[in-house]
Amino acid sequence: MPKPDAATLARRAEIVTDMKIIVPGEGVVDAENSMRVFESDGLTAYRQLPLVVVLPETVKQVSRILKYCNERSIKVVPRGSGTSLSGGALPLEDAVLLVMSRFNRILDIDFDNRAAVVQPGVTNLGITTAVEQEGFYYAPDPSSQIACSIGGNVAENSGGVHCLKYGLTANNVLGIEMVLMDGEVVRLGGKHLDSEGYDLLGVMTGSEGLLGVVTEVTVRILQRPETARALLIGFPSSEEAGQCVADIIGAGIIPGGMEMMDRPAIHAAEDFVHAGYPLECEALLIVELDGCGDEVDHLIGAVEAIALQNGSTTCRVSQSEQERLAFWAGRKAAFPAVGRISPDYYCMDGTIPRKQLPKVLHGMRELSEKYGLRVANVFHAGDGNLHPLILYDANVPGELEKAEEFGSDILRLCVKVGGVLTGEHGVGVEKRDLMPEMFNEIDLDQQMRVKCAFDPQHLLNPGKVFPQLRRCAELGRMHIHQGKLPFPDIPRF
Amino acid sequence: MTTFTPTSAAETLSAVQWALAEEQPLEIVGHGSKRGIGLPVQAAHTLDLSGLSGVTLYEPEELVLSAKAGTPLAEIERLLADNKQQFAFEPMDYGPLLGGVAGRGTIGGVLAANLSGPRRLKAGAARDHILGIEAVSGRGEAFKSGGRVVKNVTGYDLSKALAGSWGTLAALTTVTFKVLPAAETETTLALRGLMDDAAASAMALALGSSAEVASAAHLPENIAGRVLDGAFAGSPATLLRLEGFGPSVAYRLAKLKDLLKAAPGLEEIGADASRNLWREIRDCAPFADGSERPVWRVSMAPSQGHRMVSALRMEAGADAFYDWQGGLIWLRMESDPEAETVRRLVKNLGGGHATLVRAGLQWRAATPVFEPQPPALAALSARLKNEFDPKGILNPGRMAAGADEASQVQTQER
Repeated sequence: MPKPDAATLARRAEIVTDMKIIVPGEGVVDAENSMRVFESDGLTAYRQLPLVVVLPETVKQVSRILKYCNERSIKVVPRGSGTSLSGGALPLEDAVLLVMSRFNRILDIDFDNRAAVVQPGVTNLGITTAVEQEGFYYAPDPSSQIACSIGGNVAENSGGVHCLKYGLTANNVLGIEMVLMDGEVVRLGGKHLDSEGYDLLGVMTGSEGLLGVVTEVTVRILQRPETARALLIGFPSSEEAGQCVADIIGAGIIPGGMEMMDRPAIHAAEDFVHAGYPLECEALLIVELDGCGDEVDHLIGAVEAIALQNGSTTCRVSQSEQERLAFWAGRKAAFPAVGRISPDYYCMDGTIPRKQLPKVLHGMRELSEKYGLRVANVFHAGDGNLHPLILYDANVPGELEKAEEFGSDILRLCVKVGGVLTGEHGVGVEKRDLMPEMFNEIDLDQQMRVKCAFDPQHLLNPGKVFPQLRRCAELGRMHIHQGKLPFPDIPRF
Repeated sequence: MTTFTPTSAAETLSAVQWALAEEQPLEIVGHGSKRGIGLPVQAAHTLDLSGLSGVTLYEPEELVLSAKAGTPLAEIERLLADNKQQFAFEPMDYGPLLGGVAGRGTIGGVLAANLSGPRRLKAGAARDHILGIEAVSGRGEAFKSGGRVVKNVTGYDLSKALAGSWGTLAALTTVTFKVLPAAETETTLALRGLMDDAAASAMALALGSSAEVASAAHLPENIAGRVLDGAFAGSPATLLRLEGFGPSVAYRLAKLKDLLKAAPGLEEIGADASRNLWREIRDCAPFADGSERPVWRVSMAPSQGHRMVSALRMEAGADAFYDWQGGLIWLRMESDPEAETVRRLVKNLGGGHATLVRAGLQWRAATPVFEPQPPALAALSARLKNEFDPKGILNPGRMAAGADEASQVQTQER
C-alpha cells in the first residue's frame, strides 16, 4: 500500500474537526473502537483503521468533503456496504473513509420507462423489493445482494448467477450522478440510452472507486419471467459436464442460470443443507430456464436430451417452485458449506474460456497437491467464471500465505489459457500485484492515464487495482521522435 | 496527402507514430460508410484500416468472435448466420440514410460509432457486447483492454471508452465481441390507428408485461406507408416484435393480443416480413430519401419522445417516427435543422441527447453535430481525450461538441 503521509496523520485532529463542520451530527466517527467495524471489507484477511470515518447525507456534503480533501491532498476511500471480496473498500491509515450507507432512499420508480432512480446506499435486493409489487425486479444478483449496495455494484460492475442472460451491472445501469475528486458534480446518462459523447458511464462502471463517488443511480428494471424451472444434472466427469454446457449453448439456448459444482463442493453443500444432490457424481450442473411456461417446458425437454447425450448419470427436473429453490439451496450455500469443513477458506474469481475447464481443473488438482491444501469449485458455467474455494487454517502459521500463493497460481493458470484475473469480484488489493500477468506496462499506463483524467493527484482509493502508481505528469510525458521517424514503409496510395 | 493502408497492427502503429512525430493529423476510416456523420475531419492524411481485415477467432460455443478492425461487418454477419448466431445488438446500417449503398461498414466502425438497432432496449448496443480491444492511441502506443471471456472486471473497461468515440481516442486494430444465438423465429404484432400518445401507452404496457417484447416502434400515419412496400399505408402502425423459439413466440403473441385487445386493429406480421420490417426501421429507411434534409437521432426517456415531437411541431415542420418504445426519435426537418429548438425541448422534457446524423455541410459546420455537454462534463471528456491523444492527431474535429469544443471551454475557464 502507498506509504502513509506523515503530514496528513499529524493533522488528524484538524481534519476530524473540519469533517464535523461539513457533516454535522452523527456523521463523523473518529473513536478507535467505533471505527473498528470499518477496518475491513469482505476480504477479511486485510485490516486497517482509517484516519476518520465520514458518513455524509447529501450530495453537497460529498462534494465539500472531496473538494476539501483534494485541496489538501488527503486521500479518500469510498465504501458502500463493505462486501467487496477483493479489498476494494479497505481503509488506509491516512485516508478519510467515505461511507455512503446513509444514501439509502429510493427516489423514483417509473414503471412506464422501466427505470428506478435510487441513492447509492440502497441494497441490490432493496431495489427489487421496491418494485416487485408490480412484478418487476432488478436483474443482476450478486450473492451478497441482501447487503451489497447499488453504488458498490456500479464500482465493481457486479454480476451474479443470471448475468449470462441478463448482463452485468454495466448492462443494467442507465445513468449515474457522481462527484469528482475536485468536488464537481456530473451526471452521466439518465432514463435515456447511450451517451452524447464518450461512454464515461461505461468507464465508471467497474472502476473500483478510483474515479468518482457515485451519489445517484438509475437502473433498468425488468418484468419477472412468468416462470422458472431448474434441472439438476449429474455427470461422471467435468469433461462431460463441460461438453453439455457447450452443447446447450450450441443449440441456441441461453439459460437464466447455469452453475457447476465439483465433487468436494457437492459433498460440502449436501452435508450442510441436504438439498438432495447426487453424491456419486464428479460434476453437478444446475440449469435454470426462465420465460413463459410453454418456452420453459420446450427447453427443459431439449436440455434433458442434451444432458443424456453427454452421459449424464442423473437428471431431475424441478416440479414445483419449492423444488427449484431446493436445487439452488445447495449452490447458494456452497460458501458457508465449505466454511463448515475448513476453519477458513479463500474464494478466488477467475474467468476462463469454458472449453479450458478440464485443463484448469486438472491443473488445480496438481497445485492442490503441491501446496497440500484442498480446493472445492463452484463455477458460473455459462460464462466461464470460476470460484475455487481454497481450504486452509489461518491458525496454522504460514497457511494463509500458502493459500494466497495457491490462489495466485490458479489465476496465473486462468490467464495462461486465455482467461482473466477476475470475473466479478474486482482487482482491489487482492489481485493488484497480478495485473502484470494480464497487462503489459503500456496497457497499465493507459489505464492509469484514464485515472489521471478523473483524479490527477491519485487521491481516490489509491493502492487498489494498480500494482505501481505513477505520477500523472510522468504518465503524460511522450517520447516523440520529432522528424526522426522514417516515413512508414507500409502500403499507401 | 497520403493514405496509409496498413495490413497489420504493427503497420498501423508505425503510421500513427509517424503522424505523431510529424504532428500530422490522421483521418481514420474503414469503409467510410459513416463519414458523413460529424464534422469533416481536418486532416491532411488518411489512415484507411479496411486492409486490416479478417476474423481471427470464432468459437460459437464460447459465444465469442474476434476480428481485425477493418473486417467488413457484412462478412462477419454472414459467418454468424451460417452458425445460427448474431450480434444481438443488431448494428444499424447508415449507408442508405446517408445517400450511400447498403451493406458497407467495418466491425471497427460498429464499435467506434457504438451502433445498435431496434433490439436496443432488450439487448443493448455495441458497448454492451464488446469484450476486448487492441488499439493504437494517439500517443503512438499499441495497447489492449478486456479479454475474450464474457465476464471480466479486470482493470478499467477501456473498450467501453472507445465505444462511440468516433476514432478520436485511438485507432482500433482488433475487436472481440460477444455473440449470441439468433432467434429461431420472430413475429410482429401491429396495432393500427393509434395516435402518438396512445401508441406510447400501448408500448409501455407491452414492454412492462412478461411477453418479452424485443422491439417496439411507432410509425405515425405519414410514415407508416414507407415500410414493407406500403403495407401499412393509410393509418399509423405501432409495432411490437416477439422473438424466440416457435412455441414461445406463439404463446407470447396470444398473451400480447389479450393484453392489447382494446386496441383498434391488430395485425400479425409473419417471420420474413417481420425481419424486413425491423431492418427498415433499424436503418431509418423512411428517411432514406436520397436528400440531404436534416435528420436527427434523438434519445430520450421512452415516455417523453412523443411529447417532444408534439411540442416541436408547434415551432417547426418535422416528420418523426419512434423506435425503442418511443425513446429513439428519428426526426426529419424541412431544411433548417432547428438545432436550438430540438435541443431545448429535449432538455425541458427530461433530458437526453440529439445527434444531427444527416445534414448538408453548411448546417453541420454551423451546428454542433453531437449534443453539447455541460461544462464540467465537457471538461472531463476533454481531459480523457487528452490522455489518449494529447497532440490531437486522431480524427480532429470529428466530435466537435465532444472533445474539441470542450478544450475550448477549458481554455476559456483558465
